[in-house]
Amino acid sequence: MPESFFYFIQQLLNGLTVGSTYALIAIGYTMVYGIIGMINFAHGEIYMIGSYIAFAVLAALAMMGIDSVSLMLISAFVISIIITSTYGFAVERVAYRPLRNSNRLIALISAIGMSIFLQNYVRLAQGSRDIAMPSMISGGWTFGPEDGFHATVSYMQLIIFVVTFISMTALTLFISRSKMGRACRACAEDLGMTGLLGINTNQIISITFVIGAALAAVAGVLLGMYYGVINPYIGFMAGLKAFTAAVLGGIGSIPGAVLGGLILGVTEAFTAGYFSSEYKDVVAFSLLVLILLFRPTGILGKPEVEKV
Amino acid sequence: MSECLLEVSDLSMRFGGLLAVDQMALKIRPGEIVSMIGPNGAGKTTVFNCLTGFYRASGGSIQYKNQAIEKMPGYKIARLGVVRTFQNVRLFKGMTVLENLLVAQHRHLKTGLLAGLFKTPGYRKSEEKAMERAEFWLEKVGLTEFANREAGNLAYGQQRRLGIARCMVTQPELLMLDEPAAGLNPNETAELDKLISDLRRDHGVTVLLIEHDMKLVMDISDRIYVINQGRPLASGVPEDIRNNPEVIKAYLGEG
Amino acid sequence: MKSLRFTPAILSTVVLLVLTSLMLGIRLEPSGVGLKVTMAETSSLYWIAAGAVVVFFFQLFRAPIDRGMSGIKQQLPSVPKEPLRQIADKKGFKTTLICFAVAGLMIWPFFVSRGAVDLATLALIYVMLGLGLNIVVGLAGLLDLGYVGFYAVGAYSYALLNQYLGLDFWSSLVLGGVLAAFFGFVLGFPVLRLRGDYLAIVTLGFGEIIRILLNNWTSITGGPNGISQIPKPSLFGLEFGRRAKEEGNVPFHEFFGIDYSSTYKVIFLYILAVLLVIATLFVINRLLRMPIGRAWEALREDDIACRSLGLNPTAIKLSAFTIGAAFAGFAGTFFAARQGFISPESFTFIESAIILAIVVLGGMGSQVGVILAAVIMTVLPEFAREFQEYRMLMFGLMMVCMMVWRPEGLMPMKRPHIKIKSKKSETESSVKIPSVAESV
Repeated sequence: MPESFFYFIQQLLNGLTVGSTYALIAIGYTMVYGIIGMINFAHGEIYMIGSYIAFAVLAALAMMGIDSVSLMLISAFVISIIITSTYGFAVERVAYRPLRNSNRLIALISAIGMSIFLQNYVRLAQGSRDIAMPSMISGGWTFGPEDGFHATVSYMQLIIFVVTFISMTALTLFISRSKMGRACRACAEDLGMTGLLGINTNQIISITFVIGAALAAVAGVLLGMYYGVINPYIGFMAGLKAFTAAVLGGIGSIPGAVLGGLILGVTEAFTAGYFSSEYKDVVAFSLLVLILLFRPTGILGKPEVEKV
Repeated sequence: MSECLLEVSDLSMRFGGLLAVDQMALKIRPGEIVSMIGPNGAGKTTVFNCLTGFYRASGGSIQYKNQAIEKMPGYKIARLGVVRTFQNVRLFKGMTVLENLLVAQHRHLKTGLLAGLFKTPGYRKSEEKAMERAEFWLEKVGLTEFANREAGNLAYGQQRRLGIARCMVTQPELLMLDEPAAGLNPNETAELDKLISDLRRDHGVTVLLIEHDMKLVMDISDRIYVINQGRPLASGVPEDIRNNPEVIKAYLGEG
Repeated sequence: MKSLRFTPAILSTVVLLVLTSLMLGIRLEPSGVGLKVTMAETSSLYWIAAGAVVVFFFQLFRAPIDRGMSGIKQQLPSVPKEPLRQIADKKGFKTTLICFAVAGLMIWPFFVSRGAVDLATLALIYVMLGLGLNIVVGLAGLLDLGYVGFYAVGAYSYALLNQYLGLDFWSSLVLGGVLAAFFGFVLGFPVLRLRGDYLAIVTLGFGEIIRILLNNWTSITGGPNGISQIPKPSLFGLEFGRRAKEEGNVPFHEFFGIDYSSTYKVIFLYILAVLLVIATLFVINRLLRMPIGRAWEALREDDIACRSLGLNPTAIKLSAFTIGAAFAGFAGTFFAARQGFISPESFTFIESAIILAIVVLGGMGSQVGVILAAVIMTVLPEFAREFQEYRMLMFGLMMVCMMVWRPEGLMPMKRPHIKIKSKKSETESSVKIPSVAESV
């Protein structure tokens, strides 16, 4: 098979890797939007915090002399999810709940303020420089010609696929099977009505934020380890990309967020691989603009009827 | 008299699987006061929304002065002289009463950027005229002393009257009122009755009305259309409607 | 004792500790190829402790505090009270006041340090930007998160027009504004039918696209290195350098026969900024009282009602967007001239957010508020150097707090009061609410 084929495969794999983490973050946007109709602009920062916590845990364990990779990974996930979810919960309580009934723009400005606050909070606490960590998981499977260009799936990429898949399955089961999940779906259908039926909607909204933050934390751990470098500013771009993914798939729809994330990741990887990596952000933003202009409901979204 | 101002035929509006309006027909001649009545959820407001371009009708035709308007955007229809009020009033709440009336005259004003920046004589004149018209209507609906009050702070009945005044300053030919008497006390309703008659007599507007207050409807309407479940049920002069068994059945439920 | 709430207080404190533990409580330090975790400095730990105490007691006394807050809220004036307005309405007084203020602004720089004047110039740039964005966000209610893109267009058009075509500041000022307005028009045209929050994100996308293009189009824009040696404006051909750069030009100090001092240049720039701001204020004030200005606000209040009255929402939004962009273009041109150097660094999203914070703090729609906010936001961090570091943190916090407690801003816009000429008429209305009527 020609080398260009393996090059193509490699770009596709890279795209799917990044895309699946976008999908994880995008779910946070889409769930919140589905229930309270606001763009949680600070969600990208939540992801960034997830990365920082993971780095702290991994570094601390390494200092304690623990070298079991699986133990390190599991503790990184667990602690990062717990703390990051708390951030998600707190952000909603402080910055969004008091604004539940006000204009969308007011809530959005508050969210932007929260995003700036969190970014600078981390900058002040941990410094604005890059923090790097050597990769703990190296190696991978290669396929293709020995001497020419060959495609590689690194073990890290495999972990990303597997963890993303597990998280998605868990989420789907939660939403479709559990009592809470049913309440979440009811809230997305009609928040006011669900409240009248005696369901504590505040609690459901909090849970939505917590789930979103937990998935962002998973993405934070994965992407942090994949790239090996983090700084306080990574959340902004990742947040925008994930938002793009959510819109692309149809905001409010969870399968849409996953689909959108994967499409966006692959598009970016191909842009970087075949054109120029400098313009991959431009392509992502252009995609966002085009979707909003021509199909604001995304691929799987429901149309909205204007209420006169 | 024979020439129609508005002629609607075979109008239908579908939302997903729900046929909200079906085979609706409507004829309004200049100078008439026509009412649309029907039980809640019958599709009256949907018809309004189709007529004023907020919804694009799924089928049928709407002719205003022999011009097809069913595909026009709302603001263009308004510019032809078809202006409406809303059930929930929709004033510019944060702006003053007077400003509400000035904004409404937008399309009659000189809006050129340079004319306004340099206050050319033509611009001044157009603004003065707008003020005069606004003052006239303030007086007419009894809101002169509230001219500089924020519209959102008016009492409910006053807001409703301002809503009508805001339509009237645009110099409409067809005024469409969506439940103008909702939430008014009997005194205020009586005044509204007088106001609507005045509008026709003194200002030559044709009125299309959605209303639940039967006394008001029977008092002022020339003709009445009854809608039930999105379909026309009956139409005619108030006397006929009052005695129509179908209408009585629709209002009192299947007996 | 019922108003004391122990459980929530303890819970909130625990939440705070969880939040801060692995963030403020520790520090990640690189060591060799790896990463090391150390305890944070003691001061950070004190901050955590202090935060925990504050949160604990705040939650404990939540009920009485809330009651107190609502009391304060009522006392906070919705600004101009009637007597103030009456004084301000006397035309002579108002004009005198404005004359004094302008005269003060003009004379002031000759008595203070160069740095102070320079800072004031920067503040004035933000005033212009704030006023411009206020049209879009405050008046028309369109959240534009890419406003800095138009600022960049203005700045780069001067830099590039000067570099490639040799145009001077004054013609570039006009062209910069026009170009930015053109960009506003072209970008605005397709996006303005989007709903509010989508519009915000799309404009953010546009702003970022403009910045990335500037960053990567190295052959023209110099990429991340930017463009330097942008000339300062001249006064009717008089330059402010030590020696004239162009043949046949005379430097300012030689023309007037005074010693060279770089202060003149700084003061000149400052005065130029003051004039630009005054021009901006004049134009915006006129616009506000014009049909178009009223239409902007009406659109913000209710766009469905606007359509029902024959106003074309797209055209009105577009005009707000375009005019707002034009002011960003003017500010950008002036910024490029003042700095002498520009690079894409100056036009990041954070800059848009700062301008937005100014509008939000000042009060959407209020011009006095925006001016005050711009001055506070630029001058305050300079006075307290250590504050500089916390500047963005404060901005973010402030945006949240303002939205939660006072979304109308510190100085909400006051409605124009128009005298009705016609005879005083007693209304025949049967509905009268005397108590409210008197307070108007």
